[in-house]
Amino acid sequence: MSEVPEMVQDDWPLYEIFVRGKRGLNHVHVGSLHAADDEMALRHARDVYTRRNEGVSIWAVRSDAIAASSPDEKDPLFAPANDKVYRHPTFYSIPDDVPHM
Amino acid sequence: MTATESLEKQFDETIARNDRIEPRDWMPEKYRKTLIRQVAQHAHSEIIGMQPEGNWITRAPSLRRKAILLAKVQDEAGHGLYLYSACETLGVSRRELTELLIEGQQKYSSIFNYPTLSYADVGTIGWLVDGAAICNQVPLCRTSYGPYGRSMIRICKEESFHQRQGFELLATMMRGTDEQRAMVQESVDRFWWPALMMFGPPDADSPNTEQSMAWGIKRDTNDELRQKFVDMTVPQAEALGVTLPDPSLVWNEERGHHDFGQPDWDEFMRVVKGGGPCNAQRIAHRRHAHEDGAWVREAATAFAAKGASA
Ligand SMILES: [Fe+2]
Ligand SMILES: [Fe+2]
Repeated sequence: MSEVPEMVQDDWPLYEIFVRGKRGLNHVHVGSLHAADDEMALRHARDVYTRRNEGVSIWAVRSDAIAASSPDEKDPLFAPANDKVYRHPTFYSIPDDVPHM
Repeated sequence: MTATESLEKQFDETIARNDRIEPRDWMPEKYRKTLIRQVAQHAHSEIIGMQPEGNWITRAPSLRRKAILLAKVQDEAGHGLYLYSACETLGVSRRELTELLIEGQQKYSSIFNYPTLSYADVGTIGWLVDGAAICNQVPLCRTSYGPYGRSMIRICKEESFHQRQGFELLATMMRGTDEQRAMVQESVDRFWWPALMMFGPPDADSPNTEQSMAWGIKRDTNDELRQKFVDMTVPQAEALGVTLPDPSLVWNEERGHHDFGQPDWDEFMRVVKGGGPCNAQRIAHRRHAHEDGAWVREAATAFAAKGASA
């Protein structure tokens, strides 16, 4: 999840910022910023990422607290999903004249 | 196939599919270096770009103009931060980048080395400089490096306000006195050529363009973007009632584009190398701001440490 390699060192820790655009939507990752502590991370996130009502709620998470599935975005973790095509509706053929399906 | 060759093949296939490269993907060292240079230069431009306009905040002619200018300059700070954040995903820190900037080892757009001599310049910068930036940035929303493209999408959403407030400011002055109209024309005369330089040297003298296009970092050449900007701007200038200071600017029916003159590329090289009117001042100001802020960074760190141990 964290987008920054460990070698990046800075006085202030890095936080990943997630914003809920409006009620009914998930929080979405919007970017990162440096802050001395959680409170400052939230304040800065408000100024940097929500200057135009882009959000109703912000999560700030220390980047080093995020567990990532693998160093590579192409993860064998997702490979099993590829051979389970029967999980998708398109796997099943239904005659064209059957309605509402 | 060696391990590196197979990684390289995966990388090439991702680019060929027009898919995005993400931070944890393997990438060629030259791709990483090229991106760091480009994204850092872009971030520095946003940050240094606050200075020419910031110069006028305390002397804005009305509360309305002051609020607009403050919001615009604050946006540019935000743009710088989005881009530093994207650049950090490539394995450099914002601290290092800031140091490289104030040591003069990384560049920023040459346009910000020109002074702002009147309030009309605030309008001209919004109209022409942010206008040129939009031309550059819209295709970069599709750049091959994921975090860079995502930053560009956020930035482009905000740039439209910048350009429109500038145009509206100039249009207001053009409806004013002869003196105000003269101020606008004088400002446009000064900024036109530096704005054209923002797209970089002509394609023939831009050796990195080909590789950057092959990697999908850049999507258009410098000359293509410059042409697009000129074609977009000419009717806007007509609507404003200002003259663009280029006697060879003329519509070419055959090409379906405007023909136009070349900026003074010697001047461009001089300004890029540090010889512009404001280079020293811009860097000195950035250095002071960084050094004067040291105690704030230290105090916040100490406060956070206290909170953590309490
Ligand atoms: Fe900007
Ligand atoms: Fe802007």
